[in-house]
Amino acid sequence: MARRPFFWIIAAVVALFAALPALGNDIELRESLLLAAIYVTLASNINMMLGYAGYVNFGSIVFFGLGGYLCVWLMGSHGWPLAAALAAGGVAVSALALVFGLGILRLRGVYFALATIGVNEGVMAFVSTFQPWGGSSGIYLSPALFQPLGGPARALWIIYYLLVAVMAASLYLSYAVKRSKFGLGLLAIGQNEDAAAVLGVPAPRYKAMVYSLSAFLPAIAGGLYFFKSAFIQPPDAFDLQLSTETIVIAMLGGQGTVVGPAIGAFLYEQLRGWLLTSESFSHFQLVISGVLLLAIVLFAPGGLMGWLYRRWPRLRGILE
Amino acid sequence: MIGLLASLLDGVLIGAVYGLAAMGITLIWGVMDVVNLTHGSLIVAGMFAVYALAGAAGLPVYATLPIVLVGAFLAGLALYWISVHRVIGQPPLMSLLSTFSVNLVLVGLGTAIWSTDLFNVPASLPGFSLGRYTFPGTHLMAAALTAVIAGVLYLFLYRTRIGKAVRAVSGNREAAELVGIPTSQVLALAFGLGAALAGVAGMLIATMFPFTVLSGDAYQLKSFVVTVLGGLGNPTGALLAGVALGLVEGLTTPFVPVSWTLVIEFVLFVLVLIALPGGLVQLWPRRRD
Amino acid sequence: MSALLEVAGLGKHFGGLQAVQDLSFTVEEGAILGLIGPNGAGKSTVFNLINGVFAPDEGRVVFAGRDITGLRPYRVARSGLARTHQIVQPFANMSVLENCVVGACFGRENLPLAEARDAARQAAQRVGLEDRLETPAAQLTIAGKKRLELARALSARPRLLLLDEVLAGLNPTEVERMIGILRAIRASGVSILMIEHLMQAIMSLSDRIVVLNSGAKLAEGPPTAVANDPAVIEAYLGDPDLAAKLRAA
Repeated sequence: MARRPFFWIIAAVVALFAALPALGNDIELRESLLLAAIYVTLASNINMMLGYAGYVNFGSIVFFGLGGYLCVWLMGSHGWPLAAALAAGGVAVSALALVFGLGILRLRGVYFALATIGVNEGVMAFVSTFQPWGGSSGIYLSPALFQPLGGPARALWIIYYLLVAVMAASLYLSYAVKRSKFGLGLLAIGQNEDAAAVLGVPAPRYKAMVYSLSAFLPAIAGGLYFFKSAFIQPPDAFDLQLSTETIVIAMLGGQGTVVGPAIGAFLYEQLRGWLLTSESFSHFQLVISGVLLLAIVLFAPGGLMGWLYRRWPRLRGILE
Repeated sequence: MIGLLASLLDGVLIGAVYGLAAMGITLIWGVMDVVNLTHGSLIVAGMFAVYALAGAAGLPVYATLPIVLVGAFLAGLALYWISVHRVIGQPPLMSLLSTFSVNLVLVGLGTAIWSTDLFNVPASLPGFSLGRYTFPGTHLMAAALTAVIAGVLYLFLYRTRIGKAVRAVSGNREAAELVGIPTSQVLALAFGLGAALAGVAGMLIATMFPFTVLSGDAYQLKSFVVTVLGGLGNPTGALLAGVALGLVEGLTTPFVPVSWTLVIEFVLFVLVLIALPGGLVQLWPRRRD
Repeated sequence: MSALLEVAGLGKHFGGLQAVQDLSFTVEEGAILGLIGPNGAGKSTVFNLINGVFAPDEGRVVFAGRDITGLRPYRVARSGLARTHQIVQPFANMSVLENCVVGACFGRENLPLAEARDAARQAAQRVGLEDRLETPAAQLTIAGKKRLELARALSARPRLLLLDEVLAGLNPTEVERMIGILRAIRASGVSILMIEHLMQAIMSLSDRIVVLNSGAKLAEGPPTAVANDPAVIEAYLGDPDLAAKLRAA
């Protein structure tokens, strides 16, 4: 993998993320890149289900939110250190996803999509009434928890670098999967699930595996994000809008490609920034997302990278 | 005990309307293999339509039904040509995303106009009393209208030529095309019908319960639960399954806080998907002849 | 030679229609068995029952000594049985090579990627697609797609190939070519069960023929015997001269 140019392209991007804010101690840039890193993480992971296997996961934000809740709860109520809480969150959410996936993914993509629409509502409703997790009020973390990391200012930098690492891991993961035998099976499922099954691809198992895999890094990202916020409550943890934006980003950049979600995140971030500052459009964020997604689905289902690859096929050999 | 019975009976009434909404989904799904994720918005559109017509314009509530029906039908036609027509032959992923995106637009517009305020439709009818319990007149009327509409739909599908064309296209689109049926227009019609059912269901729900722009999600989820329970493409099944869901709600609402109802329904949905992907119909003994 | 595939008492109905009825036959190791019958006779359904797309209502399917009745398609593929479809189903956005690699990776030998690529190349070569390995499957002609379907199934190095009308839609030159390929496949040790409508082709290729009509076995035997069987002739055309025509071909 290290021999291909794409490997080094990812490394360069990650290096930029790591170095740029540090150079000028630029907090504002750091915060902006932090959000971008989360977008890239979420979009890359959802892309493995959406772009490779062709299964829409409308409730992908559940991983982010549950990971956040687990981490915050383990640290706040049980005094776990950050690393352990993150790891536990990632593993637990993946395990849950595997169980749910094994049940639900034996069915066709449409049923799975419907089930994931409800997952968000269901989990949010559940967490809102679950008292050990603060119910609808959520959980507050004491600032003292930043002490082991060297105090709040330093902790924020550490969290940022960890999130950049999670983003890098997401990009490498989607790349590694795509080039693996497992990824080939997923792509075959995405092209024609019945034909793939007849050829021996163990579809139900593979789908459940990628679903579970796509939960791990978002859960950790959620843990980091909400630890940083020192506060988590249901509507923030299970933000339906973020869930939707993840899909739009993956489609915009180019589903099924590795670099697509990253590009999509960048473009969307720009669009969003412009929208929020423009008086007339700030209310219409959802509308714009919807129109954008519709346009992509109707006219450019391959997204930006899809279009680029068709225009310049040789790019396919360099990027992914 | 009588209280529970009253709750169950009320559940049947409300459930009938859920069945009506689900018929909208199952019709479209059965005819063109498309899951209409704009369904929730169409329900909300029906709610706001009756609010605007009855509240602001002062029309008698139930007189708005034909207006909502026609309006939603036309909206459905438009939706078909905008977001569904182009993606019909493609992987189901595409139509899911296209209808989903339109839903985003509609919800976004709705929130921009009406924010997340609670709305109510002034509808009151004399209820039916049984001892200490009264069944609200609106619930009875809603169930009755549902039965009428379901009946009309049945007559349309099975006693008219256009209905036959719809059934032909849902059976085998290529064959229907070959015998001269303009399949795209039939699909648009079917989509319009599904939308009309959603809109009317919304209107009826608005006469029974308060609502917001965001209510669509919950009712859409209920519609999907009912659709899967009743078996795909099976309008009768949808109606019966709607009643079944209404019964389940009637059974749980006296004992469980309202916010849990949705969780229970979702769990039910997942269980039905896993255990009975063909719907409750799967449980009926198979005829062997 | 032992029976590689044994189908016993297979039955399946859909609603009120009995699609397959009490069907039994065997495919010997290294043989080519032809499955013919008028349209709607249930031939593709038989394939679907063998490779697990549907579970039979009655009967058993035994492959290489293992009972595979009702096993899911991917498990059947793993046991060494590969199948092509009447309506070709290539992975449109993948190249010819990638299509075959899928077959090689998930078939009987469960090969890792690198070796799967070699197996895929070999299979593509056997059907004559080695000059188009990087072509996206969607861009192939219908004949190319049929060959890809076959190559993909071959990549899995199966012991038994189920071919569903692999010659349909091909012009005479392509048919000749394909017949040669099929003979070479059999010579390499792969047994074949094939559905075909092209009478001359299937008569010349098959060691034995099973005739299906309305889901039930009408006749079975060597090609010449089947061609002369009055019941078979009547089922097809009611034309007694068909037998003479076939023998003349």
